[in-house]
Amino acid sequence: MSSFTTNMQLVYVLAAACFVVGLHLMNSPATARRGNQVSTAGMVIALIATLVLLIHAGSVTAVGWTVLIIGALLGSAAGLWSARTVQMTAMPQLVSMFNAVGGGAAALVAVYGYIHDESAPGGVLGSTSVFTVLDVIIGSVTFTGSLIAAGKLQGLLTGSPVLIKGGRAINLALIVVALGSAAFMLTTASLPALLLVVLASLAFGVLMVLPIGGADMPVVISLLNAFTGTAVAMAGFVIQNWALIVAGALVGASGGILTKLMADAMNRSLANIMLGGFGTGDTAVAAVVSGDVPIRSIAADDAAIQLAYASKVIIVPGYGLAAAQAQHGVAELAKLLEDRGIEVSYAIHPVAGRMPGHMNVLLAEANVPYPQLKEMDEINPEFPRADVALVIGANDVTNPAARRPGTAISGMPILDVDQAQSIIVVKRSMGTGYAGIDNELYANPKTSMYFADAKKAVAEMTAAVKTLVG
Amino acid sequence: MSTALVTDLTIFVLALLVGIEVIGKVPATLHTPLMSAANSIHGIVLAGALLIGVTAHTVVGYILAFVAAFFAAANVVGGYAVTGRMLKMFRRKAAPAPAPAPAPAREAVAGERQESVRS
Repeated sequence: MSSFTTNMQLVYVLAAACFVVGLHLMNSPATARRGNQVSTAGMVIALIATLVLLIHAGSVTAVGWTVLIIGALLGSAAGLWSARTVQMTAMPQLVSMFNAVGGGAAALVAVYGYIHDESAPGGVLGSTSVFTVLDVIIGSVTFTGSLIAAGKLQGLLTGSPVLIKGGRAINLALIVVALGSAAFMLTTASLPALLLVVLASLAFGVLMVLPIGGADMPVVISLLNAFTGTAVAMAGFVIQNWALIVAGALVGASGGILTKLMADAMNRSLANIMLGGFGTGDTAVAAVVSGDVPIRSIAADDAAIQLAYASKVIIVPGYGLAAAQAQHGVAELAKLLEDRGIEVSYAIHPVAGRMPGHMNVLLAEANVPYPQLKEMDEINPEFPRADVALVIGANDVTNPAARRPGTAISGMPILDVDQAQSIIVVKRSMGTGYAGIDNELYANPKTSMYFADAKKAVAEMTAAVKTLVG
Repeated sequence: MSTALVTDLTIFVLALLVGIEVIGKVPATLHTPLMSAANSIHGIVLAGALLIGVTAHTVVGYILAFVAAFFAAANVVGGYAVTGRMLKMFRRKAAPAPAPAPAPAREAVAGERQESVRS
């Protein structure tokens, strides 16, 4: 490492400091935007320093520059286009795609480094081999795993757990192949062995995510985000670059914490998620609502009367609302009710939507005033005072069965919707939620079911309220 | 074990600890933007992808450099753009103040309101 290169590492330290400060500023909504700007500034500094290093090295060929510039420009255009056009509901898929390309890039950096070192006079150092193998394994698993996760959320692949016969045996074989090749590489530099590691890891990534149900995908994406960070840090070890090491470690640690927070919010352990989805475990004791329990169904007019003459309404949005793109309609309905002097608030479950905080983003997009969004602990004591709880496309997070032991969702924190004076549930059918169990809330005598697509139902209720109150 | 490797490992471990500390205090509301922000930070791998160019003089090297640069650039540019887009929404709706105040002041007011909501 020349002294010039060492000095450039100092610039990388500055960039890394920007990342830390940027993440720290994201602790509060008030400073979050500044946080992102600081983080962006750090990235720009790091990339400019890298360009200076490239120019200083003087060994980049004309073809090399062309390849790098065209690749980077095309990639930037693709990234920018998808970031600008993505629906807010499809956000988790996009994050997953960015994980895939990030992990893929990290793996490629290590593969290239290995090819280069192998032909170099000194050969491949033992320590470099270790980091190369770690980078390649984590990066490749992330690449295919993230693609599968995105495919599941986008609906290109089935969201339900896919169980492959003998999947565990295949996984075990893949791990043996990957680790065996890796061990061989420690003693002998071998490109074919590395490629074997790559292939085994790519296959493992697919098999790791396929058996996991759609409901757990947010946790998986968060985990893969942490994986990508770790892969990038390993790439940093391979090419001895502090910026990659620090940024990768930051993301690895933060992604890990975030993953745990998400899993906790769903009352799922990470091991549980990775080893099998809902419905594959001990869910036999689930069904309590039998077919002969009377379900009261309701039409738009009746729902509108209940809403228009309430004094306090709590809206409980769920993924069904997001999937139907009904957030704007709901905001309009809420505004209408507010204009009549009705107190309207939204009860946001920690995992409403697809990721923690996802529902806040969706409602923010629909210009719902922030003070109306209440988190679970804050809103739960208010349900007994609410005349109407309007549940739109939320299921498992409202199921009182979670309070009893012995069901698939036991112990999961829920919204106390059943405490409200009356309950209107907008839902497309009696189908079960992700947990695959019946919702006891629907059999509650206070509950009326409004069977419709969330967007259509909200529009009908809005129209009915308007007619009703002139 | 070389000094450089020890230095790298030290940095790695300390950065891990900083990452845990920095993230542990983020409210649930910001988890999605935060995940997106962390996601864009690992786009730093673009620096690694570009550095391939220093020694890439073969067809295989060029191909790897091209794909890596493409992937990493998509990650970093897309990541920051989408995080910015999300956070912009937070501010717009967080500032329903009827009186149009100067932008910085409004941001401060919005911040206070959000704090009071959470407490």
